[in-house]
Amino acid sequence: MSSAATTERYSGTAIALHWLLALALIGSFMVGVYMVDLPVSPQRLKLYNWHKWAGICILALSGLRLLWRLTHRPPADVAMPAWQRQSAHAVHILLYLLFFAVPLAGWAYSSAAGFPIVVFGVLPLPDFVAPSKELAEAIKPAHKILVFTMALLVLAHVAAALKHHFVDGDGLLERMRPGRR
Amino acid sequence: MKTYLAISLLAVAASFATTPACAQQLVPAGSEIAFTSKQMGVPVDGKFRKFDAKVAFDPKKPETANIAFSVDLASVSLGVAETEAEIAKPDWFDTKKFPQAQFQSSGVKATGGGKYEVTGRLTIKGTAQNLVVPVTLTQSGGNTTAAGSFVLKRLAFRIGDGDWKDTSMVADDVQVRFKLALTGVGAL
Repeated sequence: MSSAATTERYSGTAIALHWLLALALIGSFMVGVYMVDLPVSPQRLKLYNWHKWAGICILALSGLRLLWRLTHRPPADVAMPAWQRQSAHAVHILLYLLFFAVPLAGWAYSSAAGFPIVVFGVLPLPDFVAPSKELAEAIKPAHKILVFTMALLVLAHVAAALKHHFVDGDGLLERMRPGRR
Repeated sequence: MKTYLAISLLAVAASFATTPACAQQLVPAGSEIAFTSKQMGVPVDGKFRKFDAKVAFDPKKPETANIAFSVDLASVSLGVAETEAEIAKPDWFDTKKFPQAQFQSSGVKATGGGKYEVTGRLTIKGTAQNLVVPVTLTQSGGNTTAAGSFVLKRLAFRIGDGDWKDTSMVADDVQVRFKLALTGVGAL
């Protein structure tokens, strides 16, 4: 199945950040969807805080990842029609935007709701918006819409990667596979 | 002339005498009772909208003071309706059974510079605990402000019982701050 055309791989750092963030994003998304319907309880309080801590870690790691991406050339595109290549790049750019927009909206929502974020219960973060009920109600749907947009883009990204690998047989997954060549 | 002076002096003295000993009045508008609890390290502020105090206090004889304080626990404001509904439940304030928190002073000691130490008993949820509260008085015009803060151990009063006992979720220490505006307090 694999083809000789795809020998170039992403760097080890890029691969590590990709999979670490993939796990963190999917985990936070699932916790987020689950926690919002819980009744007031220690469990709910715990999950909300874990979700916020994870969001801040995602934000920080995404900063590192963006720096890495801007300073390291990724492997060249595999052969594909122009519209697919353009779509792939557009999805990547949108995903990078959302890696920042989603946690920032969550952070702003938490601040506006009057709950400053204290990472791991020890590191208090500044509020970059003032506590305000109206503002909180406005930011809440934004956080939700942004994250569901990200989820759709992730599905498209995964579907496209699988299609390349298994339908086109271009061995695309090899480029991002963890572990040694 | 002498008689006239004596009479007017008597009248002045009488007007002082008719002023009752317990003339201090709480001015709710200038008063505040607030608290901060910590949830997984996150400070969460709350306050009470309804409270009352009966204060008999003479700055010259602080040891004779009597301060009785009551807080309407159902008047708690936390900014989040869900949390306010939760805190009225039996695990927290149990507001239906214990609508008020009460404080009754047993002694007041001047520590100098407008500072006092108020000793008394705080009763919440049927549990009474001894408490020593530092209070600072400041005066401007006819108004006196009594301000102070103390740490309340929530578990000593079974506030946050059951699943909520875990202090890694909600800290045992709750910082309570108060500012009471009073009228009728004599000059310090």
